[in-house]
Amino acid sequence: MLSRTAENLFWLARYVERAEYLARTIDATLRVTALPAAYVGKTNEWDSALLTAGVGAAFYDHYEEANERNVIEYLSFSDENPASIKNCIEAARLNSRSVRTALTSEMWDTINSAWIELQAVWNKGPANREELAKFLRFVQETSLRFDGSAYRTMLRNDAYWFSRLGVHLERADNTARILDVKYHMLLPEEEHVGGPLDYYQWTSILRSVSATTAYHWVYRETLKPWLIADLLILNDTLPRSLASCYSNLVRNLDQIGVAYGRQGASQRHARGIRNRLEHSHMDDIFQHGVHEFIQEFIADNSRLGEIITKQYLI
Amino acid sequence: MAVAFDEMNGLGEDLRPAYQELSRWLKETPPDALEYRRQEAELLFRRIGITFAVYGDSEAQERLIPFDVIPRIMSATEWTLLEKGLKQRVLALNMFLKDIYHGRDILRANIIPEDLIFQNPVFRPEMNGQDVPHDIYVHIAGIDIIRTDPDNFIVLEDNARTPSGVSYMLENREIMMRLFPDLFARHRVAPVERYPDELLSALRSVAPHSASAEPTVALMTPGVYNSAYYEHSFLADKLGIELVEGRDLIVKNDEVFMRTTEGLKRVDVIYRRVDDDFLDPLTFRPDSALGVPGLMSAYAAGNITLANAVGTGIADDKAIYSYMPDIVKFYLSEEPILKNVQTWRCREPQDLSYVLDNLADLVVKEVHGSGGYGMLIGPAATKATIEAFRDKLKREPEGFIAQPTLALSTCPTCTDKGLAPRHVDLRPFVLTGSSHTTIVPGGLTRVALKEGSLVVNSSQGGGTKDTWILSE
Repeated sequence: MLSRTAENLFWLARYVERAEYLARTIDATLRVTALPAAYVGKTNEWDSALLTAGVGAAFYDHYEEANERNVIEYLSFSDENPASIKNCIEAARLNSRSVRTALTSEMWDTINSAWIELQAVWNKGPANREELAKFLRFVQETSLRFDGSAYRTMLRNDAYWFSRLGVHLERADNTARILDVKYHMLLPEEEHVGGPLDYYQWTSILRSVSATTAYHWVYRETLKPWLIADLLILNDTLPRSLASCYSNLVRNLDQIGVAYGRQGASQRHARGIRNRLEHSHMDDIFQHGVHEFIQEFIADNSRLGEIITKQYLI
Repeated sequence: MAVAFDEMNGLGEDLRPAYQELSRWLKETPPDALEYRRQEAELLFRRIGITFAVYGDSEAQERLIPFDVIPRIMSATEWTLLEKGLKQRVLALNMFLKDIYHGRDILRANIIPEDLIFQNPVFRPEMNGQDVPHDIYVHIAGIDIIRTDPDNFIVLEDNARTPSGVSYMLENREIMMRLFPDLFARHRVAPVERYPDELLSALRSVAPHSASAEPTVALMTPGVYNSAYYEHSFLADKLGIELVEGRDLIVKNDEVFMRTTEGLKRVDVIYRRVDDDFLDPLTFRPDSALGVPGLMSAYAAGNITLANAVGTGIADDKAIYSYMPDIVKFYLSEEPILKNVQTWRCREPQDLSYVLDNLADLVVKEVHGSGGYGMLIGPAATKATIEAFRDKLKREPEGFIAQPTLALSTCPTCTDKGLAPRHVDLRPFVLTGSSHTTIVPGGLTRVALKEGSLVVNSSQGGGTKDTWILSE
């Protein structure tokens, strides 16, 4: 297939995934900030929402204060923020238009309808909390529909695999970013472990990767920070864990390699990261330093994006 | 202006045979049922994403072309005549192009003045002496046809460069069949769905000699911001070929390749929807970011077929148009089956003075214009507009032609006040491959939605209709 087509499919999937992640982040932050101060302490949750979205610095070029109104506006509707939900959906649609021929009509319909629907919301902005909640839900549903229609209607060929690469690479990045911002909450030796503050923070982390229920099914325990870290980093059964993303990346890259009869740098690099995740234990990671581990992962992950681009997309 | 000939009701109240069933159906169908399906159709179009861009209109970067649900119907007899005329016309266009870029018999015979060719900006000296496979220049033609009476088909324009609109022919039918199965059940409508197959086989049939037995065809688009982008992606999809942009292609050793995830892949035929000027920055506009450097040299080496060929603009130029009846007679020694609209060439002094004296009654068009931009419709224009145009005309007479204001035939159309006659034209698509010429029975009927308006162009508020050719 055309390199440009593969590139568009890859980025299309990334944009949709990112939009969903932003919606989840806002949703989770709204829930924490709705709690009485006694439960959540004095940390600025909106600031940390900006950090997990990776737009902490750019935000302050446009706003003075990271409060609910400003951050929601910046993450959801802002034209200035290249990674706002609005711009993600716009970019997703533009990419879809460029690769109409590689999309099934169900996928196109999902993106195009979402784009049409959201025009109205963008034009006036949500009037109240209820409308905002509806909007956030809609974004998440769009991502589900998009994923579902890709899964159910696409031929299992390189077009499908490149779009899956986009999903998993972006997802791994998102999960890693949450961990990066909140890692200090997950350290086992923090002094106020078990306080109400942490409890709600942990729930919030799990919520932003839709894993609150999953946690209880996997561990059958009350919330323990190191188990949360284990779930998000090493547990292959959780679709948003780093381990799971890398199982998928390795598989999709192998499928491409087999179809093209050639393996390359991206297959090797992905396998390297996957092996490291497979052979790690949480104890080692804590000892080595969670922060360092995550930082290294984020860099490795974005390096994979570059290698894939060089090998296939240009 | 006299009452126009109506496709359904003729000149008076005599219902024409092809419309009998439709007329009966319209009487049986309550108006709100029609309105409901009209809304349904609009929703479908928007969902599918069939939009077009209007240049210079930032408010409506993507708009829908309004679709009218009342079909335009033609009998088999009418179609047979039209088809014959179209094939004759396109054959003459191809012979004319070969002659212009080779022997130039027609110039030596003094049928067309030389400067009209050589001074013409759409004439491509690069094509002099260059052979194209099977001598076919115009593989895809969209000939705009109008009627003023039941007996004659008149050509308004020959579109021999990159005619668009065929996706609407196909999608209109798709949507009509979805919304009006009952109406189809009462008619025997010739299908149009084989158009993509016919197009692909025509394109493959003109592959260069150096191509493999299974030639690779690609559709080249200027990109998502082009007004006809939807059509480009639609056709590439239906044909099962890659939709490429200039940056996807690269020329090496006079061969054209596309960049794929598995490396470079040779391309043999390009169905290009990019204008000549933007094809190759080394030959044409150096500022073109849409083109492929070296494409023309691969073309000259005979390693790539471009459809349509480079330089076809000289055949559909509005100044050349007026000579078409002579062109048909010269190459085919036949009387033209399709008529021309009477045309005054403003470059000729006595024509110019007639035009200047009668501006209020005439339609004046730019020789190189298209899309309905930059024309004067005398009867609909204000005095000031006419005077402004008069100055333009005096300054540069060779840039214009003039035609009488024709009462284009009308067809019943849904309006705010119920069904009413609106003016229509028809663009059938003529495909020419190595062995034969094909016309899928139908075409794009465009309708001027404003009462009394004669401008059917989508950029000027025109709409479309499904076009039905009835089988015997």
